[in-house]
Amino acid sequence: MKDLDFATLLSVFQEMMGPLLWLLVLLAVAGIAAFLFVLVREGGLKGGRLVRSELIGVAGGFMALVIMAWVTVSGFTDAGGPVDWLLIGIIWGIGVVGTTILAYAVMGLVAMMRGSKRIA
Amino acid sequence: MSKIVQGRGRGHDGPAALNRRDLLKLGAAGAALAALPAAAPEARAQAVKTGAHIVIAGAGAAGLSVASRLADRLDGAKITIIDARKAHYYQPGFTLVAAGLKPQDYVTSTTAEYMPQGIEWVEERVAEFDPEGNSVTTESGRSIPYDFLVVTTGMVLDYAAIEGMETDRIGQDGLGSVYHSPQAAAATWQAMSRFADEGGRGLFLRPATEMKCAGAPLKYTFITDDTLRKRGNRGKAELIYAAHNKTLFSVPIVDEKVRMLYLDRGVNTIHDRVMTGIDLGRKVGIFSTPDGGTEEIGYDFVNVIPPMRAPDPVRYSPLAWQTGVWARDGWMEVDKATLRHARYDNVFGVGDIAGVPKGKTAASVKWQVPVAVDHLVATIAGTTSDSAYDGYTSCPLITQLGRAMLVEFDYQNNLKPSFPGVIAPLEELWITWVMKTMALKPTYLSMLRGRA
Repeated sequence: MKDLDFATLLSVFQEMMGPLLWLLVLLAVAGIAAFLFVLVREGGLKGGRLVRSELIGVAGGFMALVIMAWVTVSGFTDAGGPVDWLLIGIIWGIGVVGTTILAYAVMGLVAMMRGSKRIA
Repeated sequence: MSKIVQGRGRGHDGPAALNRRDLLKLGAAGAALAALPAAAPEARAQAVKTGAHIVIAGAGAAGLSVASRLADRLDGAKITIIDARKAHYYQPGFTLVAAGLKPQDYVTSTTAEYMPQGIEWVEERVAEFDPEGNSVTTESGRSIPYDFLVVTTGMVLDYAAIEGMETDRIGQDGLGSVYHSPQAAAATWQAMSRFADEGGRGLFLRPATEMKCAGAPLKYTFITDDTLRKRGNRGKAELIYAAHNKTLFSVPIVDEKVRMLYLDRGVNTIHDRVMTGIDLGRKVGIFSTPDGGTEEIGYDFVNVIPPMRAPDPVRYSPLAWQTGVWARDGWMEVDKATLRHARYDNVFGVGDIAGVPKGKTAASVKWQVPVAVDHLVATIAGTTSDSAYDGYTSCPLITQLGRAMLVEFDYQNNLKPSFPGVIAPLEELWITWVMKTMALKPTYLSMLRGRA
């Protein structure tokens, strides 16, 4: 095995996903930016909203696993060793974190818009 | 007929419909990242200026990869690629088509999509190689001289060597043959699926010649076993694997592992049986035996894999091995470390056509091409290269639907795990299956474009 190379990985992911790769990157960047924006504007995390986002995030984690099973035409009963469970954990984790951040940002933006309407 | 290709085609640049293929990015990106074999970081040295004419005979996986890399590495060279076939097949995907998991179009695309910019494409077959005169002659009689020649013709499937075999009957009467074509792989799935419903005897085999992906015959036996199990019909079926010699796989440690797995799955192995004929009406395979006789084995489903040989223009040219084990089938006599021809310094042989000890796989191509290109470019530049190919090849050996073993090895039968301590080489794992179904095709396509 030779060393991993970023240009190679990028090329492989482009072949894998086509334009969707950039849509996903955009979604991730926009989601994080919106989350940070909400965080700064509100001066901290809102506990209630965070809990709601995390609950949605857990569902997002399972959704990531379902999508993965679908695209690989396989299921998690196929896990055969520790690295498989690690992979399943990583996929679930990405789904949880991604969905939580997005959900928190969206709820925060919606709350801000409602607030500004009330003021107006 | 020839044409200069003006741009790289991109087969997937259409609208991004949200289908199964596209969706894999959502959950899977991180996973595939962890699981991806990748090439060495390319030292993008300044392009070498040259007026040399390089002819590439064959536009399959090896030919296109060589063309892409040479186009990047050379400035001013005339590069001509000769191949009549317009369709390009992603052959590692044939097994998935024959398992009923992927549609036929998963493995089909066009040669034009991967043709690098500025390459002259002669849409004919090479009929004759004249390495003494530094030229090749096409089927139409056109003579094309060269300064350097890269032979990437691939191999031929010699179905005619199996008496009674009729490829147009693949898919009927229990006759399967995954290797033949995308259509045949899909037809083989239809036949295997019927067998998995009805049961009976499944017969699996491999030829006694060199072959592409020696793991494929084993994989398809495992896939058939698992399809039977998933339908609750394993008890109604007997599976026989007829090995051509005393082993199941040429790498001893892998051979032993497969032996144990076949024992576990109830696959009966018989040894020293080579298919010489088939009676499609009676559904009987005819095999040679070590004592010089023949043996008939009846089947309800069979996966026929024919002998594989070099195409005649190479086989009957001075490029072929003249003596030794690879002379009979006409593989090219190249140095196994550099892929340079043993007798003609300006000729290289890459991919299936190379008469080297291991691996006729896409993974072999991926590791051979950069080495051959390094040596060719060094010769043009008047320098030398110490690049060497160690025989590395890999095979995600599917052992059931949803699990595979990542088998990687070299000329010396050493295991060469890409992810030591993470992905165990002889363990049946889902992560290897994930790689096979998600990451390998994009890696292959990147390789064709010279980027992996």
